[in-house]
Amino acid sequence: MTSTLDILTSVLVKNGLLTAFAVVGITMWVSYVLSARLTRGHLQGSALAIMLGLLMAYIGGVVTGGKNGVVDIKLLSGIGLLGGAMLRDFAIVSTAYGATLTDMRKCGVSGIISLFLGVVLSFVVGGAVAMAFGYTDAVSIATIGAGAVTYIVGPVTGAAIGASSELIALSIAAGLVKSVMVMIGTPFFAKYIGLDNPRTAMVFGGMMGTTSGVCGGLAAVDPKLVPYGAMTSTFYTGLGCLMGPSVLFFATRALIG
Amino acid sequence: MIIYGVALLSICTLLGVLIGDLLGAAIGVKANVGGVGFAMLLLLFFSEHLKSSGRFVQQSSQGVAFWTAMYIPIVVAMAAQQNVLGAIKGGPMALIAGALATVVCFALIPVIDRIGRPELEPQPAEQQPSGQHRPGETA
Repeated sequence: MTSTLDILTSVLVKNGLLTAFAVVGITMWVSYVLSARLTRGHLQGSALAIMLGLLMAYIGGVVTGGKNGVVDIKLLSGIGLLGGAMLRDFAIVSTAYGATLTDMRKCGVSGIISLFLGVVLSFVVGGAVAMAFGYTDAVSIATIGAGAVTYIVGPVTGAAIGASSELIALSIAAGLVKSVMVMIGTPFFAKYIGLDNPRTAMVFGGMMGTTSGVCGGLAAVDPKLVPYGAMTSTFYTGLGCLMGPSVLFFATRALIG
Repeated sequence: MIIYGVALLSICTLLGVLIGDLLGAAIGVKANVGGVGFAMLLLLFFSEHLKSSGRFVQQSSQGVAFWTAMYIPIVVAMAAQQNVLGAIKGGPMALIAGALATVVCFALIPVIDRIGRPELEPQPAEQQPSGQHRPGETA
């Protein structure tokens, strides 16, 4: 019997991507059933599926002690390929097919304003929290501030200005909190900020920035809005990496002394 | 053929990511700068061009549409590999820094939404066919 189980496991591991399709497909199905039965469709099936994904990631982290959620469970390593950067970017780009250039150009200016404001504001808020917790040096404050921008900007900035690895880990955690909150919170609060049109979606992408959070959140609100939010949010991390170790760090140092 | 659509999507994504990496290297940032954004623009330009010249048929677009439909499942797979435990274990400071930044930016979205609106509202009247761009809009 053990050997049958071994063979099954080895088939699932060898065909990791197919296992991922099956697991994600079942997760989606369960979510849509739960959405219809328990919430009568008030909480979208896709939003529920993303939450289930995050919950599984948490369980994966607790079980394995790793950093990659369920991917650290050998049987589910194929999820890493399905949800990895390559296919994620591929699928995000494909959503542009449903967008129109005229809509994108109409919202260009507010999109760009939101990008700069989103990066600076997140940095300032993150830095202020660091100061409230007793950090007094510019390197620590800037690293945590950059982490509040996104979990990529945090380590890039921290490494560039010579922060300790403990600080970098904190900045990544701050960015992760943001990403998770945007994924979960967006479907609940979308109607309060009028997130139902391409323009607001672009502003949303620019203000929140965290690509995984923005795309996950928008997917749960209205998949048609994904390309607009993705468009601005994809420039956000780049802008953050550019401003974090330079302008924003220098400004912090000038202010702190 | 469906593969034409998939190939077009792949070429646009690869080119976009390449542009993003090159731009990152050029300005000395250790990250891809807007690669996916460039790829999306490329796909928009190419597909509109091919459609208007009648060379992108229904079958080819199915190759793109499939991946659009796969987008949410891919996001679910992406969510399942986030370091959620790390986010929670980061302690109160990381939690508060991330949460506060999220809340403040989220609350300001309607404000920014309004800033852009008045100066752009009159434009739909003089809207031109796509493909041309006016100075100022993409500044």
